[in-house]
Amino acid sequence: MIPAAFDYLRAHSTDEAFAYLQQHGAEARVLAGGQSLIPAMRFRLARPAVLVDINPVRDLNVLRVNGGVLEVGAIARDSDIERAPWIADRRWSLVHDVSRVVADPVVRQMGTVVGSLCHNDPAGDWTATALAARAEVVVRGKAGTRTVPIDKFLVDSFTTAVSEGEMALAAHFPVPDDRTAGSYQKVERKVGDFATAAAAVQLSLNANGTIREAGVALSAAGPCAVRIDEAERMLAGQKPTAELIRAAADAASRRSAPQGDLRGSVEYKKNLAGVLVARGLRQALARLGVQA
Amino acid sequence: MKVKVTVNGVAYERDVEPRTLLAYFLREDCGLTGTHVGCDTSSCGCCVVVMDGGRAVKSCTMFAAQADGHDILTVEGLADGGKLHPLQQGFWDQHGLQCGYCTPGMMLTAYALLKHHPTPSEADIREGLAGNLCRCTGYQNIVKAVQQAARGGQP
Repeated sequence: MIPAAFDYLRAHSTDEAFAYLQQHGAEARVLAGGQSLIPAMRFRLARPAVLVDINPVRDLNVLRVNGGVLEVGAIARDSDIERAPWIADRRWSLVHDVSRVVADPVVRQMGTVVGSLCHNDPAGDWTATALAARAEVVVRGKAGTRTVPIDKFLVDSFTTAVSEGEMALAAHFPVPDDRTAGSYQKVERKVGDFATAAAAVQLSLNANGTIREAGVALSAAGPCAVRIDEAERMLAGQKPTAELIRAAADAASRRSAPQGDLRGSVEYKKNLAGVLVARGLRQALARLGVQA
Repeated sequence: MKVKVTVNGVAYERDVEPRTLLAYFLREDCGLTGTHVGCDTSSCGCCVVVMDGGRAVKSCTMFAAQADGHDILTVEGLADGGKLHPLQQGFWDQHGLQCGYCTPGMMLTAYALLKHHPTPSEADIREGLAGNLCRCTGYQNIVKAVQQAARGGQP
């Protein structure tokens, strides 16, 4: 399976990449890690006439904590996150968990966080993670650069707020406070398969042990990763208990709207979504030294 | 388009279509058929090569154009003259292969793993090779082979 022919344009700066994208509009796609785009091109599910390779753009090879956010540039690899020196800090446990289960270890050496968000696969790992972590995406457009909250960024399956001629430059994950931990729970048939179901959870506690803020999101639970607002509202302000976790998990199950396929029936996947949210909440709490 | 890729220390300059995948560039344009193509869809890891000394990549899921100006290591570049690389020696001593189809990808994935993690545990090795499929060995001896290489090549 060989992709359809295309013109290859190599960008060495963000300006150059942006100029190419403006010139070619809907005909062009950005090539970052290529771990979703190239297989899609090989299956002829995608036939871009022009690829703009941003891998040589040094400014986009960024992974740093700066001004209260973790900046993940458009060509920072999943494996860069997995190997970052600060990643073992429990406040980053959600991001750390995810960086170890995206695709497989070789794919992670090319695959990028921003590329995964832009691809917006219904079963993507970074989309649900970005929702739970309340990330933002920096998008360059004609009118300049704007920062788009993840809830607005993820529009629908394979569709984002990045319009024709635009490009995503970075994802920003707010630096969680030190009473924060998370968890990513994924069930897959084998390493590298799409998730049968996955849940991303992040909890911040108050000094008195109540939950200050909760992030709960599902992947592989409908056309697009979905925030479980009902569960987040339920959890906020409460002392964590087994009953509360069960209620949040039930809310996730109800909200999950998966498709039945070889990985499982609708009933199974909806149930699994709740199980994974409960496991994620328990693990995040355990990381904070709380049994519930 | 012209691409110039240094493969195992030798510069190969070739005129290719942009859609040429690195795996086919290596096999057909450079004549280096040690890099195998298994699934062709980035699932099996047979085609893994090492880019710029430390990054394992699936060469079926990367264009040759992306390797322009970069260094690629394939299985043909592992041995030092007639002396096997410790990973090759490990696979030999530990019977880490049967049909051999997955072996180049296994060794190159392990090469990058050992670069980043010179003293891996058994679990690290198993996790690091999780993107490489073998249908013969049951993986046991592949893990032993990588352990031997990590020990400095002593069986």
